[in-house]
Amino acid sequence: MKEYIIKRLALGVVLVVAVSFLVFSLMYMMPGDPIDIMISDRVSEETKAEMAHKYGYDLPFFTQYFNWVKGVCHLDFGTSARYRQPVWSLLGARIPYSLRLCSLSLLVEMLFALPLGLLCAVKKDSWIDKFCVNVSLVLTAVPAFWFGTLLIVVFAVGLGWLPISGYQTPAHYILPVAAIAFTSVGSTLRITKAEVLEVLHEKYVTTAYAKGLPRKRVLVKHVLRNSLIIVVTLTFMSIPWMITGAVITEKIFAFPGMGNLLLNSIVVQDMPVVQAVLLIIAILTVICNLASDIITAFLDPRIKDTISGGEN
Amino acid sequence: MGEKLLELKDLSIDYKIKDGYLSAVNKVNFTIDRGEVFAIVGESGCGKSTLAHSILRLLPGGNEIVTGEIHFKDEDLTLVDQERMEHVRGKEIGMIFQNPLDSLNPVFRVGDQIEEALLLDDMSEEDAYKRVIELFKDVKMPDAEERAKSFPHELSGGMRQRVMIAMMLSRNPELLIADEPTTALDVTIEAQILEILKQMKKEFNAAIMLITHNFGLVAEIADKIGVMYAGEMVEQGDVFEIFENPQHPYTKLLMKALPSGTKNDGRLQTIDGSVPRITEKKPECRFANRCPLADEKCRTENPPMEWISDTHYCKCFHLGEEEK
Amino acid sequence: MSKKKEKANKPKKVILNQRFDDTFRQCIHNSNFMIGFFIILSVILIAVFSGVLEPYPYDEQMVGPRLEGPSWEHWFGTDNYGRDELSRVIEGSKLALWVAFLGASVELALGITIGLAMGYFGKWVDRTFSFLTDLTWCIPGTILALAVVTIIGKGLTNTIIAVSLVAWAGYARPVRSKTMSLKNMAFIETGRAFGESSRAIMFKYIFPNVVPSLIVMVSMNLPGTIMSTTTLSYLGLGSQPPSADWGLALSDGMKFISRAPWLSIYPGLALVYTTLGFNLLGEGLRDILDPHMKSQ
Repeated sequence: MKEYIIKRLALGVVLVVAVSFLVFSLMYMMPGDPIDIMISDRVSEETKAEMAHKYGYDLPFFTQYFNWVKGVCHLDFGTSARYRQPVWSLLGARIPYSLRLCSLSLLVEMLFALPLGLLCAVKKDSWIDKFCVNVSLVLTAVPAFWFGTLLIVVFAVGLGWLPISGYQTPAHYILPVAAIAFTSVGSTLRITKAEVLEVLHEKYVTTAYAKGLPRKRVLVKHVLRNSLIIVVTLTFMSIPWMITGAVITEKIFAFPGMGNLLLNSIVVQDMPVVQAVLLIIAILTVICNLASDIITAFLDPRIKDTISGGEN
Repeated sequence: MGEKLLELKDLSIDYKIKDGYLSAVNKVNFTIDRGEVFAIVGESGCGKSTLAHSILRLLPGGNEIVTGEIHFKDEDLTLVDQERMEHVRGKEIGMIFQNPLDSLNPVFRVGDQIEEALLLDDMSEEDAYKRVIELFKDVKMPDAEERAKSFPHELSGGMRQRVMIAMMLSRNPELLIADEPTTALDVTIEAQILEILKQMKKEFNAAIMLITHNFGLVAEIADKIGVMYAGEMVEQGDVFEIFENPQHPYTKLLMKALPSGTKNDGRLQTIDGSVPRITEKKPECRFANRCPLADEKCRTENPPMEWISDTHYCKCFHLGEEEK
Repeated sequence: MSKKKEKANKPKKVILNQRFDDTFRQCIHNSNFMIGFFIILSVILIAVFSGVLEPYPYDEQMVGPRLEGPSWEHWFGTDNYGRDELSRVIEGSKLALWVAFLGASVELALGITIGLAMGYFGKWVDRTFSFLTDLTWCIPGTILALAVVTIIGKGLTNTIIAVSLVAWAGYARPVRSKTMSLKNMAFIETGRAFGESSRAIMFKYIFPNVVPSLIVMVSMNLPGTIMSTTTLSYLGLGSQPPSADWGLALSDGMKFISRAPWLSIYPGLALVYTTLGFNLLGEGLRDILDPHMKSQ
């Protein structure tokens, strides 16, 4: 087990390093000149060259990369060209909002998807199953940004119940969370249903009945416990989706999170910021995958054994 | 022998499929007495497994229609409510399945899975644990204490089947249904499991309904035999009658397919064709398309039960005829 | 020789016909497929007959008052330039289909080539691309595409290419595993024994066996491609004004959300309608062609 975790961790680190390289080279390839973004007025070529030298933009590619990585290790992501502020302080102010938004959305998504998925599987072909499956089919076709817009049209503009945009009160979170959660709930629900259905048809469920266990006990103990393994994987799998949804949704609701910062910085090609946000998202994804692998290994004794090289 | 324990009367099971019905079991009758081993023999797909699952109402659910009566002791199991059925399962009728890996929950320790059944009968956890160890010793599980803490995947096929048997015997059921208990196991393990079943029968005086496609197994343990073909019980009798004097052409073919000497590999590969899917009930003998003796009558009329002795019957028009 | 060939071909053809008939029957009985099929068919028809269907030229300004709500003259209302919204939504269907077509082509071309190579050659080819797949999965597709677009430049075609560039991994993985399982089968060995080249074996023997899964994959991936592309257009990186792109229309609509909410509704409905059509088509095709494939 320990060996497995170490191996996975090592792979995670390799991936993060590779991603950092990918992100850096993507930004390096961007057509704009970072100095032009920093300086609004026309300045002489000498001043420009001086600036470029000051920020290290005149160095060769690999030197720039290594300097950047060195900085990142100390949480120094450089200076935003647009805000003229250290990137880390920009991020520090925004990360809490994004984290709150994402975790709330994930929570809401799972609160809907998992019980309903289980219900749909157990009551297969009932009206509730058909209803949920059809609604989730439609929901998977709805992009988060449009769903957010619709919510604004109905609840903010039409009914006037909730604020259009902002972040100050809990009420400000309701619409963005709904926009993110409900556009990703569909696929999670359907996967949950499919997996539970599969577990329901497993022979050990028949065995559990054959021993004389009541239906409820079978469902709660044998079916849920085995579905849990999938649920964990699923939860972690939906995080990248959630991030994508959150990035766009933050923009629509003028929410002061990382997504909004990322989009605004991409438009003006504020590279240090874009690099930092992409890298953070990538690290988050890698951590999620890692966590999912390790937790599943703990939940499923079969995996635990195959990975630690058990006798079987 | 003794007192009647289980009696099936005209039991039929049909599956609803896209355009019509699939007849899995058709009007099957038999009785099992206390302490008796009744073996149902047939090729895969002949409906024997469906029959076994239907007794405990363990069919997948949704698209099957069960008609007829299943009398167990003094009640009809097709009529009892869910709660009563849950009480019958495990406590009065136990069931062992074909594949012991799929049949144990992979995420729980095997000891706990047996305990779970025991705890249904007001037993303290301590007693339940002791009983598990006892049971493991009964089924000759090596290192009983150690094994109780294992997960199913850590055990070999034979050990898993021992766990299954221990689990299903744990609450002393009066009837044990064993659905191909040794099919997934290799020959030496098969013999051991068979030995355990025999001993269990003696010790617990349990009746066993053994479902198999292996005639060798039947000869070892059964008191009575029913031969099933395409959902129908084509011949039934006690073990000596069937082995000494098989009547139905299908039974005869099965016997021929059994290689003499090696009783353990009585797989039925030498009969041409396969069990047909019966989607409409016509008056005909279902074996007619593979039968060497079939004639026009077999294709238009359903053969009745012909009694050869008090205990032996056969559904065939051509009793006593030999293959041309 | 030719006679021999004919003989060998004949029964095969019958089987193929039978298979086709079977598939056709299954399609008709699959409600997901049929609904999806008719939705997409209607979108295609609307796109083809857009010239006839559009009540006003889609890019002509001031055909009515600015930001006017839905009325008999302008069913979907008008936008801030006084353009007819209905005509613009109809025109947008062409762009959506272009996204679907180009997106599918690029994704397929990349996915198949890389997947086949990974599966067939194995070793370092496989390892390199597997690592790249892992790598692209570290950043959510739409966001990575966003970064790529900023490098290769704005515009609808560039956006589609960026989205597809990022999506290849989704195809390559399944093609790879299918190739691996087919690689050692007898008929491939036969081909190799006849001295066929690697490329010939890959495309002549392995590729046809991957086709059903590919059809399913394309139809399952298309909704995602359309959504990502629209999202990028919404963010101003895809189609540029005065294009009638739905994503662009929605981002314009957002500016007038309080005064003219209909501008935010109709293009979105059209988008959901199309995406839903592809979703249903994909679901149906999966059930028909590849019943063992799971939703993930």
